[in-house]
Amino acid sequence: MQLTFWGVRGSIPSPGSETVKYGGNTTCLEILTDHGHRIIIDAGSGIRPLGLKLARSMPLTCALFITHTHWDHIQGLPFFVPLFVPKNSLTIYGAADPVTFGSVKDILSVQLEYRYFPVREAELKADISAQTLREGQDVRIGDATVTPILLNHPVLNFGYKIQCNGKSLFFTGDHEQYSNIYAPEDEDYDEYEKAISEKKNAVVEFIRGVDVLVADAQYTTAEYATKVGWGHSTFDQCVALAKDANVKRLFLTHHEPTRPDSELDAILAQLHAANADAGLDIELAVEGNSIIC
Amino acid sequence: MPSAPEIALKAVDKMPGFPKSVQQVLQLTANINCSPKDLVNVIKLDPVFTMRILKIVNSPFVGLAQKVTSIHQASVFLGINTIKNLALSLATIGALPRTNKAGFDMTGFWLHSLAVAAIARRLAERLGVDRNSLTDYFSAGLLHDIGKGVFALYLPLEFKKALALAINGTRLFSAESQAIGINHAEIGALVAAKWGLPKALTQSIADHHAPLAQRFDLTDCVFAADQASKILAYGNAGETVVEPFPAPLAERFGAELHELLDAMPDLGEEMEKSRIFVQA
Repeated sequence: MQLTFWGVRGSIPSPGSETVKYGGNTTCLEILTDHGHRIIIDAGSGIRPLGLKLARSMPLTCALFITHTHWDHIQGLPFFVPLFVPKNSLTIYGAADPVTFGSVKDILSVQLEYRYFPVREAELKADISAQTLREGQDVRIGDATVTPILLNHPVLNFGYKIQCNGKSLFFTGDHEQYSNIYAPEDEDYDEYEKAISEKKNAVVEFIRGVDVLVADAQYTTAEYATKVGWGHSTFDQCVALAKDANVKRLFLTHHEPTRPDSELDAILAQLHAANADAGLDIELAVEGNSIIC
Repeated sequence: MPSAPEIALKAVDKMPGFPKSVQQVLQLTANINCSPKDLVNVIKLDPVFTMRILKIVNSPFVGLAQKVTSIHQASVFLGINTIKNLALSLATIGALPRTNKAGFDMTGFWLHSLAVAAIARRLAERLGVDRNSLTDYFSAGLLHDIGKGVFALYLPLEFKKALALAINGTRLFSAESQAIGINHAEIGALVAAKWGLPKALTQSIADHHAPLAQRFDLTDCVFAADQASKILAYGNAGETVVEPFPAPLAERFGAELHELLDAMPDLGEEMEKSRIFVQA
């Protein structure tokens, strides 16, 4: 498989001289399977340049998996050029929303309401379909299989595992480590802890041994103290998750929008120094970079 | 003319929570820094909030890989913010009316449900049930009489007749069968099944007057807790007759009912907290 990062920034696009190295576009990953099938994960603003590249090889068929529906993971979709061109085919996959009972199909419909965008959904020329996924449901895309697992975020968020001819990759989408809502002295603490540990173990087992883990590491440990409940993990938590799941190659992404390149460089150096003997290759996701796994 | 269960099953989809919980949910969620613990503590004590959230979490629409039996599990799986928004959307549909045409005391009913929930949980502890499953027992106790709430709201005149028959010595569940054509355990189980709640939970609602039918720990604990709550007169759900405690149950618990109660000296304190919460 080939993985390309088209957007690695969290929360909001962050253009400017201080984000040139790692990139300012929001989340979008492209995976090209061994047999050339295309899987896109998330439609942050990074999907716009991806669409421009793909426009050179139309007509095309691609599968778009949405981790969750927060703006920074869907905002590029109306600017994805292949949507406007006949004979292209796009299937959008994602989780349901239990609060509004909204489906995956609504993501695009809502963005294209006339108040928000000049082109109506009915005017899109590509063949677009949508499928709401259940947790654990395998989706076959050519020679690859994509499987969602529910993670922890302020809205339902699927992490996706992609397996292709013996290789595998997992992307968390946005994910915060589970934490107990009770204090240790509360009667319900132990029971809640047990529920958390079962879920945590299920997540670790799901990820175990993947060749590449791409994880949301928006915050430093110090920053996290005031961001509990915001739905993101820290660099150290992602490293711990990779170690627990016996992963050998970790990409940290969803970079905090206010974090300049120099700070990301410094954080990476610290992570390398602190985990020199871990047998874990730690990298920061860089917009435009591709890797083979 | 739709049958009584049809009327109840159709209406129950819109059943609101208790006024006190609705008010608390609205108040807590208005604060951006709302404490997840405070919010969960409100939801898990309200039978309607609990049942409706379990319904949504377990629905094929959400498509979780496993069944969820407690609000604690639901908040781990879906995340606190989703639970908060689910609770808020339930709270905004309104609250149970303080009175109903059946003349059924909803506060007494709620207290009874809370008492059975708390006692069932303690009995499960005594049976050595895994700590992680204890909230299943709480949920089962909390929901065992939900059918009475459904009757009071959606078939109030028929339920009033049943309550009157029960005062004159007929057992309430028999009186309901006579007056409504279905009893509260049956309608509760139908609602639970329709809403896709876990099988064991549905079964415990169905069988809470016939504990030995299936020999499930969950049902047995709810049955015993139901009797215990009546002895202690915590709350009142229209039925005060204490059923005989079958020998196989005494054997299972290693004690007679009164001995079980003696082993819970601090129960009164927990019930007092519930009373304050419900009535404040």
